Amino acid sequence: MSTFLLILITGIGLGALYFLVASGLSLIYGLMGVLNFAHGAFLTIGAFTGLWVSTKVFPNPTTWTFIVSMLAGGIMAGLFALLMEQLVITRLYNRHIDQALVTVGVSLVATALLGGWFGFDARLVPTPLWFLNAVTIGDAIIPVDRFIYIVVAAVLLIAMLSILRFTRIGLIIRAGVENRAMVTALGINVRLAFSTVFFIGGFAAGVGGVLISVFSYGVSPLMGGSWLIYGFIVVVVGGMGSITGSAIAAMLIGITNQFANYYFTGLGDFVVVIILAAVLLTKPTGLLGKVSH
Amino acid sequence: MSSLEVKDLQVTINGSHILQGVSFSVPENKVTALLGRNGVGKSTTLKAIMGLNPGTGSIKFGGTEIVAMPTHKIVQMGMGYVPEDREIFASLTVKENLSLAVRDEQPNYELVYSLFPELLTRTGQRAGTLSGGQQQMVAISRALLNKNKILLIDEPTKGLAPKLVTEVAKSLAHVADHSTMLIVEQNLALVKAIAQNIIVMDQGKVVFEGGPENLQDESFVKSMLGVSGGHK
Repeated sequence: MSTFLLILITGIGLGALYFLVASGLSLIYGLMGVLNFAHGAFLTIGAFTGLWVSTKVFPNPTTWTFIVSMLAGGIMAGLFALLMEQLVITRLYNRHIDQALVTVGVSLVATALLGGWFGFDARLVPTPLWFLNAVTIGDAIIPVDRFIYIVVAAVLLIAMLSILRFTRIGLIIRAGVENRAMVTALGINVRLAFSTVFFIGGFAAGVGGVLISVFSYGVSPLMGGSWLIYGFIVVVVGGMGSITGSAIAAMLIGITNQFANYYFTGLGDFVVVIILAAVLLTKPTGLLGKVSH
Repeated sequence: MSSLEVKDLQVTINGSHILQGVSFSVPENKVTALLGRNGVGKSTTLKAIMGLNPGTGSIKFGGTEIVAMPTHKIVQMGMGYVPEDREIFASLTVKENLSLAVRDEQPNYELVYSLFPELLTRTGQRAGTLSGGQQQMVAISRALLNKNKILLIDEPTKGLAPKLVTEVAKSLAHVADHSTMLIVEQNLALVKAIAQNIIVMDQGKVVFEGGPENLQDESFVKSMLGVSGGHK
């Protein structure tokens, strides 16, 4: 029972990180049809910003300094995403292949620049000491960091759903995911919604990057690429354009991955691919997908 | 005076030359019906006017050239659009569908709910769960909430049950009394009831412009529209 609980909560924690990576990807594709391969770079930039804040600005880590480093990582990644959208994506609207290629280019350039600047070896992120603690639930001893990932992802999920549900820009985004042309035919300039979605997506990825650097015991310029693959899988399984779908798919994949790794040693990734194939074959729009483009 | 003037409008979609020099004008405060067989380019013409299908030529709206203008700016100039197949946002509620369309500081909900009182009881219902007729009411209401200089309405009675056709037609007749309207419609009874001008298209071109009295002529209707003059 204790092992089951440990794996379950670790899986949920991993799913929380997947959600942070995938939520922005999903919204960006859902609204704009942009397959954003630079999303991993947003994550990496967030992680390096968090590292910089944790080592240079606040070298004595506390809970508050970690929160600041997460926010800084999110904001920096969000601004980078916004800059990329304004400088590159706006010039390539409706040219989907060009958009995909240019985002691949941005990703490669960002990785190379960060590697040239910081090197490719992983750097440890200082965290408050209590991050190393574990809590006992029943017989299970569970590292406390798992709960941090879950809480942060839950807060961001609620924040995103609130923006989508209760604000005018959220209404435009939800409508735009369904039928972008019709939104413009109501006299609405969807470009503001595009920029908002890029910032929100970048912010979530940046916060995710800081947390992933704790989970993976280090920050590296290459971290974005490997997590991006899982982000895409979550988006496809959850359905393009659905934040709730991303959350459900992220949990499904995180938990399944952990259980498969434990019970079928090392087969976690294989089982994830099986889930992906099963969803594509039975429900190609994903669990809660709304987008047909 | 013309509200809308279209000259030599050409639209090519995926290599097909759909509109081949369409020219016509829509007079102010009158209803103009755009007629023709299926596939002659009527809906494409409306979409091109809205900026949803890029085209070349000239489209002047209130004297301003709008042919290369983004769709949202054209709408903000006072053009309301009711698309073919409704295109309501299925996952949004009726209330959200309507509030999304609001541009004016004082949207005319009074008019909308007086024309379609049924919507008032369904404000919290997801639009995707409405019947076809109710969805059409939402689509028309979105265009009526704001003070538009012209309404472009594409096949408003398409696919509706006869009872609903009557209801929608009645509402459009009411709106037509004080609006400039360009309507694509296959239901000749509705066209006869509300249109003061008719434009007939064939193979991507305008082949006739004139008054609705021509629709009384069975041979005209058969040759131009390929249908009998009775009701359709």
